[in-house]
Amino acid sequence: MKLKMKLKRGIPLIDQHDQQGFWGGKFGGSFIPETLKKPVEDLTKEFKQLRNNKEFLKKRDFYFKNYIGSPTSFVKLENLSNHLGGAQIWAKVVSEANGGAHKIYNATVHALICKAMGKKYIVGDTGAGYAGKMLSMAAKKFGLKCKIFMGAKDIKRQKPNCDAMKKNGAEIVPVYSGSQTLVDAVSECMRYWVSNCDNTHMCVGSTVGPNIFVKICGWSTAQISRELKTQLKKEFKKIPNKIKLINCVGGGSSAYGFWSEFIDFDKKQIELIGVEAGGPKKSKLHAAPLSRNAKVGILHGAASYVCQNNEGQISNTESISAGLDYPGVSPIHCFLKDTKRARYTYATDEDALNAHVMVTKFEKLNPSLEPSHAFAEAIKIAPKLGKDTIIIVNSCGDAKKDRDILRERLGKH
Amino acid sequence: MSYLLNKAFLNAKKENRPALLTYTVAGDNTKKKSLEILKSISNYADICELGFPHNTPIADGGQIQTSAYRAIKNGIKIKDVFSIAKNFKKSKKNTPIILMGYYNMIFQFNENKFLDKCKKSYVDGLIVVDLPYPENKSFASKCKKNGINFIQLVSPTTSQIRLKKIIKDSHDMVYYISMLSTTGGKLKVSPKKILERYNKIKNQNKSKNVVIGFGITEKTIKSLKKADGLVVGSAICKEISKSIERRQNTVTNVTNIVKRLRNKIQ
Repeated sequence: MKLKMKLKRGIPLIDQHDQQGFWGGKFGGSFIPETLKKPVEDLTKEFKQLRNNKEFLKKRDFYFKNYIGSPTSFVKLENLSNHLGGAQIWAKVVSEANGGAHKIYNATVHALICKAMGKKYIVGDTGAGYAGKMLSMAAKKFGLKCKIFMGAKDIKRQKPNCDAMKKNGAEIVPVYSGSQTLVDAVSECMRYWVSNCDNTHMCVGSTVGPNIFVKICGWSTAQISRELKTQLKKEFKKIPNKIKLINCVGGGSSAYGFWSEFIDFDKKQIELIGVEAGGPKKSKLHAAPLSRNAKVGILHGAASYVCQNNEGQISNTESISAGLDYPGVSPIHCFLKDTKRARYTYATDEDALNAHVMVTKFEKLNPSLEPSHAFAEAIKIAPKLGKDTIIIVNSCGDAKKDRDILRERLGKH
Repeated sequence: MSYLLNKAFLNAKKENRPALLTYTVAGDNTKKKSLEILKSISNYADICELGFPHNTPIADGGQIQTSAYRAIKNGIKIKDVFSIAKNFKKSKKNTPIILMGYYNMIFQFNENKFLDKCKKSYVDGLIVVDLPYPENKSFASKCKKNGINFIQLVSPTTSQIRLKKIIKDSHDMVYYISMLSTTGGKLKVSPKKILERYNKIKNQNKSKNVVIGFGITEKTIKSLKKADGLVVGSAICKEISKSIERRQNTVTNVTNIVKRLRNKIQ
């Protein structure tokens, strides 16, 4: 018998899993080798204790404010709205955060946990290099030794971020196995943790991986929606009646962070729209497991919709945006999809590039290729909507890192 | 439950030595070659583990990854893995065969269908690297119903309470991971320490066959010969890679290494 999946109200989504770590009885879990059972259990206990510890929360808030630069601003994109006609378009400019993207929240919290657990080494994975750069920053800030696992192919195409990591004193470990990109970097990082879990803490760069890593990351990025809620009340005196929160989805950490405070609202009032990477228009490859009907599978310790072949081999993905180029997706987004609370769609490489061009033309905003996917959807739907609809896009990354790709594709910048 | 595993351990015990278990990847480097290798090494190995390769392995070191990627690149499919097992059994019906891999492959195939195929291919046991206890409870009992040994893994990080529960739920064989490492790492713990821990596991229930794996090579195998069984995987996969590189006969070279391993524990 199939049980109907249901969201609960009043409980953070990250806590709505069963005892075995599954959301909706089906997504998530902890498919890990025996060796990692103990370190994962230890981390689970530690996190449970820390998130209820007033001292720890004070510390977190202190660093969010004074180190990350919270709150990031919430602005109306007046020119873009006028140009498109229809709905008002706003942006939550999360790229203002220290380091230039939302990844700093997760990295900071993991560094604090690592310290609290008395471990001196921290390791993490990275694709575009943001998660790695932020972890190297946080490691430096908190005096931890840091190793970043990165696909050899990504190292070549994301040089600016690699330079930043090295400058922060982190060691970059090139991964030559498989497709030499993010998916292999995560595998290699987990393998490293299997061998060194006695003295090393692992940070997973998004709301993916074994259950506990989904929770820690979601708990960290949730800061974005706490800020937004306050900013909405301040701007509009109350939460407006027609809101659409649009966010790009790779692993799904920024989208969860952007939405978490608003999941309990009726979807008629606040619609949640996730935009995945559709890849090049003419290519069959993509990184959009939710919107292009991938099957449920197990990747990196969790069950989720995964781009894979019939046999269960993980597929190659393709996207102009390295940050969205991941074959799996967070189990909490799978849960939001199946409960129909959020709607998922995709934008192609070309859509994202066009959106980037349009936004930078009309606004003093320089969204990276990841949020440009979200802007593409906003630009598409805004003209069909009324002025009373508030579209808010999470501009979660800055395009400085995309300089080379933009120059190549657009011939300017 | 397939009795072949128990029998293999018993035979080795009669000869006053541990059982020798080998691990090779199905389809490495071709379907035909991997079957030939399997048939040939089973003259010296007591139990053969056959890996069904996955392209996102989270617990394998470089050597086994290389073997797995090579097999996938050469087009190995799950149905080929079963046919290799079945063909192997045609000539070696008394040598137990254990399939080993990652859960997604089983999940996509469907648990029940997978076990049915195992049965039809005379597979004696299964190791699923990323399906730990207690998550594996329901699958393990399905295995038992189908007469297939589900092999539980125990590691140096496994707590005493957990160990008790795992042993209680285990079938004929338990796999002890010698150290914190992926497969093929250098043995970084002293054999004495490994055997101490091994004894603790063994003392939980003497009737379980406990094997030690990870980091076992020609150099280290002798020091652990007190165990019920010893698994060698990466050293074999490495030999296959080397033989291919030097354009030598993989079957002969791999057989020789297994022969030498066997001589060391005789």
